[in-house]
Amino acid sequence: MEIRIAGFGGQGVMLAGNILGKAASIYGNKYATMTQSFGPEARGGYASSCLIISDEKILYPYLTKPDILVSMSQEAYTRYINDLKEGGTLIIEEELVKLEPEPKNVKIFKAPATRIAEQVGKKVVLNIVMVGFIAGITKILDKEVVLKAILDTVPKGTEDMNKKAFESGYEYAVKNLS
Amino acid sequence: MKADTKGVLTGLHFMDGDHSCCEGLLAAGCRFIGGYPITPSTEVVERFAERIPKVGGVFIQMEDEIASSIVIQGAVWAGLKAATVTSGPGFSLMMEHIGLAAMTETPCVFVNVQRGGPSTGLPTLPAQSDMMQAKWGSHGDYEIIAVSPNSPQECFDFAILAFNYAEQYRVPVMLMMDECVGHMYERVKIPSADEIELVERRWATCAAGEYLTYKPDADLVPRMAKAGDGCRILVESLTHDERGYPVITPQAQKKLVSRLVNKIKNNAHKIYKYEEYKIEDAEVIVVSYGITSRVAFKAVELARQKGIKAGLLRLIVVWPFPEKKIEELAAKTKAFVTAEMNLGQIVLEVERCAHGKAKTLLAGHAGGTVHRPEEILEVIEKAISPNSSVGIWEL
Repeated sequence: MEIRIAGFGGQGVMLAGNILGKAASIYGNKYATMTQSFGPEARGGYASSCLIISDEKILYPYLTKPDILVSMSQEAYTRYINDLKEGGTLIIEEELVKLEPEPKNVKIFKAPATRIAEQVGKKVVLNIVMVGFIAGITKILDKEVVLKAILDTVPKGTEDMNKKAFESGYEYAVKNLS
Repeated sequence: MKADTKGVLTGLHFMDGDHSCCEGLLAAGCRFIGGYPITPSTEVVERFAERIPKVGGVFIQMEDEIASSIVIQGAVWAGLKAATVTSGPGFSLMMEHIGLAAMTETPCVFVNVQRGGPSTGLPTLPAQSDMMQAKWGSHGDYEIIAVSPNSPQECFDFAILAFNYAEQYRVPVMLMMDECVGHMYERVKIPSADEIELVERRWATCAAGEYLTYKPDADLVPRMAKAGDGCRILVESLTHDERGYPVITPQAQKKLVSRLVNKIKNNAHKIYKYEEYKIEDAEVIVVSYGITSRVAFKAVELARQKGIKAGLLRLIVVWPFPEKKIEELAAKTKAFVTAEMNLGQIVLEVERCAHGKAKTLLAGHAGGTVHRPEEILEVIEKAISPNSSVGIWEL
């Protein structure tokens, strides 16, 4: 299972990938390898975390044909949409990404992740809302396992807000699916 | 000797190779790094600078790599375990002092997170093109040890291994990582301190007045004494006698430099480390190391699926080169394919040791990304084709 989480630098896409990788490899009894690709800017440039989750040992470390593309910026979308596997899953932040050009033959899920993050408390938890949304849509990992990885990773004192962000994203996904 | 609990971050982590390497250095007892941060190795020293005040030790950001590679040797002679961390451009600047460490038998570790070269090349992208430089970069005859990890876990494990070799043989040891391994995140298991075996420095046990800085034990490795412990110490870069006094004669040169080479060559059978996969019946053996060895493993599996009897010899220790192993395999197999992220370095060693008894092909790569498994498979297929001849390199 190959997942690309892409956006602009500062949105926390690396942390999102890190959390899912940690959830899979430490708490989820799977193998995970994460690589990163980003532009030279500290903030605002493109950034993408590239995660492979597998039941077997991972040999080739990079993505070949992602099963899932999570896009949190327009540039990330246009840069990576053509790499997505046919029949793959596209997840977008609906206010930050317009589907131009129109993707063909992929399953599309839209999340108002920034709005949800604002309701939860702070825009910075956008990435954790997205992690919840990804977990809810894809079901690649158990909810508890991902939550454990989040609580293990985020700064002390922010656990409640992040937990709420994760659960809001997750619930939105589950509602969206039904 | 067991590791010091203070430096050991026991537990399961999802971390990249650079951070894991830093934890390995700390677990090995490294308490001093002099470094000049450079991509893609920066995270190693960044983490070390953050961690070391709590563990007890020093990080100094030096003015350049030349200074970095000498300051660590001062720390070693003062009794610490010390390392420096760099990438290709910095490694080039350190060559003079790698020779100094070899000549003065100063145990220390040089971490090179390799990136594309020559010159400043590809700062953020991988290569394995410093492998010959690691062995031959400084002038004169000497031997070093080089180890090559292929995962963040091994960046931890082999940082400890590198220090153990350095202390055991009193040589500079190169930890030859690459950008891919350095920046790749995977699960890293850090054991408890009492599960980590460390090789302690071989301190002098004789009376202070009898100590000679370069008088070797039976295995050709001399013992060290800490500055300030009462022993007379002379750390001499000129050709020297057992006292460390300069002696500029062919006889002294022969005695000293032969020992520097032989202490590794004679002990090489204890230093070699490699992994074998499906080698017993292999007609083509892929020789690989570092990140490329993971892709090579995949290529061997693909070849087996196609009915080709392929196997893998994955080098963990690249220097000293496992000459005997290649000689033995050359008598049994039809061809070697050396898969490496450069345009032909370790393949030269394979070719040398095969003595023409097996074909030797290169699956090279200019760097910037790792091979695709299919690229190595293609060379495996070429190797079994009757039309390919000995020593063909196609880039």
